[in-house]
Amino acid sequence: MSQADLTMEGHSTGLVGERPFSIPTKKLAMWLFIIADTMTFAACLLAYGFLRNGSPNWPRPFDSITNVAVMTVILLTSSLTMLIAVRSAHAGDKSSAFRWTMITAVLGIAFAALHIREWFGLIDKGMTLFKNPWGTGLFGASFFSITGLHLTHVTCGVIALLVVGVRYKGGRYNADDIEVLSLYWHFVDLVWMFVVPLVYLLNLSH
Amino acid sequence: MTSPQENKDSIGKDLVVYFCLLALAGVQFIIAYQNLDPAQMFARMLAVACVEAGLAALFFMHLWQEKRGFLIFVSIFVIFVLLSMQFGWTDSFRMVMGAPFSKY
Repeated sequence: MSQADLTMEGHSTGLVGERPFSIPTKKLAMWLFIIADTMTFAACLLAYGFLRNGSPNWPRPFDSITNVAVMTVILLTSSLTMLIAVRSAHAGDKSSAFRWTMITAVLGIAFAALHIREWFGLIDKGMTLFKNPWGTGLFGASFFSITGLHLTHVTCGVIALLVVGVRYKGGRYNADDIEVLSLYWHFVDLVWMFVVPLVYLLNLSH
Repeated sequence: MTSPQENKDSIGKDLVVYFCLLALAGVQFIIAYQNLDPAQMFARMLAVACVEAGLAALFFMHLWQEKRGFLIFVSIFVIFVLLSMQFGWTDSFRMVMGAPFSKY
């Protein structure tokens, strides 16, 4: 046995035994991912704000708030249904947890569908990544980057909800896995709370 | 494992937070239709968004139930991110005004 092995063995209890903040490993990993992802979204929103402040002819293409309001209600409601799924899973009600997880996934799909519909509406009006009929072309690049990144997160979340939900029902995953996934879903909701005012509401055409 | 009564009480609490979040989202939409200059509108909307995010993190993500040390760790990180964003945004005025934090 080498000196390194002896040293590792001597400290193994201290290294592996204690969990930081007494949080289960999977949950801590998700929190660390969320923290890293927060930096990604913060960087995007910072770049967006920087460009918006520095561009005198920044476009204000949104005539109505109906679509974004409906999307917000759907995403907030999906967070509530996800919470109910977690509660049901911890209460041992497997079928209820599975049902609420699937309802959350359906709400996520509805959100993504409305988002894509909105994108097509803007593309029909002549907006692309680099130009639009209203002002600086930087708007399209920043709008599609931020909302696209968020939409990617929603899409990945929906896929994860379907996979984890089915595997939870099949007995391969447990209530803790549903809870870890719920953290991700709430984070997606949380990011939307910043995207709506900065990207949509500040660019209303009134 | 939680009892059905505990589960019911928790869902009641979640519903209260959910309606608070809906109301705060509504406040953001109301602010958007007020006659304010963009800087004021931005500050108010960001403040409401921070409150919304705080509620969601504390109660939906159960940060409130985690150890105090973890709550402090996340809080410090969030403050750092928000201050960094604020620094970047205010510096962007340099592009139009010629100097950072210039009074125009």
